[in-house]
Amino acid sequence: MPVTTIDGRQVHVNDEGYLTEYDEWDEDLAKVLATQIGVDLTEAHWKVLRFLREDYKAKGETPTTRRVQAVGGVPIKDQFTLFPKKPGSKMAYIAGLPKPHGCV
Amino acid sequence: MKRLLVLGAGTAGTMAVNRLRRRLPRHEWAITVVDQSDTHYYQPGFLFIPFGKYRPGEVTRPRRRFIPHGVDLITGEIDRVIAEDATVRLVDGTELPYDYLVIATGTTPRPAETPGMSGPEWGRSIHEFYTYPGAVALRERLKTWPGGRLVVQTVEMPIKCPVAPLEFTFLADAFFTDRGMRDRVEITYVTPLEGAFTKPVASRHLGGMLAERGITLEPDFLTERIDPETRTLVSFDEREIPFDLLVTVPVNMGADYVARSGLGDELNYVPVDPETLLSRQHDTIFAIGDASDIPTSKAGSVAHFSMEAFTDNFLRHVQGQPMTRRFDGHANCFIETGHGKGMMIDFNYTTEPLTGTYPLPRVGPFRLLAETPRNHWGKLAFRWIYWHVLLPGRRMPLPAAMSMTGKHPEPTSSGPDTSHRAGRPQTTTAPKE
Repeated sequence: MPVTTIDGRQVHVNDEGYLTEYDEWDEDLAKVLATQIGVDLTEAHWKVLRFLREDYKAKGETPTTRRVQAVGGVPIKDQFTLFPKKPGSKMAYIAGLPKPHGCV
Repeated sequence: MKRLLVLGAGTAGTMAVNRLRRRLPRHEWAITVVDQSDTHYYQPGFLFIPFGKYRPGEVTRPRRRFIPHGVDLITGEIDRVIAEDATVRLVDGTELPYDYLVIATGTTPRPAETPGMSGPEWGRSIHEFYTYPGAVALRERLKTWPGGRLVVQTVEMPIKCPVAPLEFTFLADAFFTDRGMRDRVEITYVTPLEGAFTKPVASRHLGGMLAERGITLEPDFLTERIDPETRTLVSFDEREIPFDLLVTVPVNMGADYVARSGLGDELNYVPVDPETLLSRQHDTIFAIGDASDIPTSKAGSVAHFSMEAFTDNFLRHVQGQPMTRRFDGHANCFIETGHGKGMMIDFNYTTEPLTGTYPLPRVGPFRLLAETPRNHWGKLAFRWIYWHVLLPGRRMPLPAAMSMTGKHPEPTSSGPDTSHRAGRPQTTTAPKE
C-alpha cells in the first residue's frame, strides 16, 4: 500500500486515499482529513465518527449508512446533512476506515 | 442419531442436503429440511419473464423433486430458532430439535421499507421483477405500456444478483427498440453506488454500455421515499426523479425469523466467518447462500462455489476437527445485454471483475466483460445445468476457487506491485462531491 504524508505524518493509504492502518488514525488526523474534503467537524460529526471507529473495531467492517442509523442512532437524513452527497464514503474517509463495501 | 436441520430448500439449501446426504452416514445422521412453499423457482429466469422470453412455467418445479431420498422435507413457516435449546419452532407449534443447524433462507425484497413504495401505485406505475408474481405482473404492464419515462432503480445494497438491474435495463432498451418505440421511451438507471457497478473496471465497462444506449445514469442516489401522487423518487439529499413506470429493486432483507431469533444483523443476515460460513455466535450454526453476511454477491454462483468448502468443513467440524477449507468469495455471473448477446464477470473477495476469458486463457469459451452471443447462449444453457447438475449437487467441471487464468489484471487494481508506490503526494481521489 502507498505511504503518504498527512499533517507531517507518514500514513498508509489505498489507491483512493483511504487509510489502511486502523492504528495510524487519531482525532487530530481526522480534522485534517475532514478539511481535505470540505467538512467542518462539530460534535454531531464526532458522534458518528466515534461510532464508526468502535463498530469497526468490534465487527471488522465499516458500518453502512443503514447501520449508522439502526445501531449508531443517527438518522440517514442527518448523515446526509453532516457529510453531504456521499455520507457513506465521507464518514469512512474521515474515520480512517475502508469504504463500506457497497457490496458486489 | 444426530440431527442436521436445514432451513430453506432454495438453491443453497437444496445443494447442501444433496451433497451432505451423500457424505453423512445414514445410520448416524438424520437430515431434515424445512421450506415454506412447495415450489422451487429458477430465480435467474425471472429477468426474462417481463420481456416474454420465458413463459412462467419454465421457471418452476416441485421442490420435492430435488430433495434426495433420505432427507425429510417439511413444508411449514419458521417461527424462530431457539439456539439455547438447539431447537427450531415452526408457526404451527412443531418443535424441531437439532445437533447442527444450517440457515439457508435467503433474502427477499421489502417494498414496505421505502415510504410510498407499496402504496396505491404498487403494481400500477411501480413494479419489480425479483418475485415470480412481480415478474408476471410487469410482463402484463409492458405489453401495453405506451412509453414515457422508465426508471430502473436500486434502493439499497446489498441486493440479490447485483447485475440484474443492469440486465433488466439493457433488455428493456432492446425490447423497446425491437417494438419500434425506443424513441418514445426515456430510460434512467438510478443507483446508490457511485457508478454503474461496484468495482472500478466493471463499472467503467458497464457505464460505457449505458451511455452507448442513450440511458441516463443517476449515481449516488439514496432513495428516501417515493411520492406516489407525483410519481417521483426523492433522495435523502433532495434530488427528485419523476417516472411514468418505475421498475424498482426494493431493499433486500433476510428472513424475519432470523431477527426474531436474535441471529441477524440490521438486515437480518447471519454474521458468519466469511471463509467457513460458521456463525460468529454459535458453533453449531452455519449460514449459507444469501442468508449470510459475507461480503460478496448474493447469487446462486456464490452458493455453488462455496458448497465444496462448506461440505468438507462441515464434516470436519462435526467431528471436532479444525476446518481446513477456505471459501474465497468466488462469484461468476452472466450479464444479458440484449439483442442475443451477453457478458460474463468472475471475481472473489479480493479480485474485482476483470477483462479476459473464462475458464480457459484465450479460447474461453466465455469472454469476460465483453459482449458476445456465446455468453448469451451460456446464460440460456445454464437453466438446464441448474436443474440437472447444480441442485442435485453434482460436480461441475470448473474449479470452485477463483483463478487468475485468462484474466487481464489492470495496472490500477491493487496487487503486489502497488506496494512500492511510496510517497504518493496527496490523496487526490478522496470522496469529494
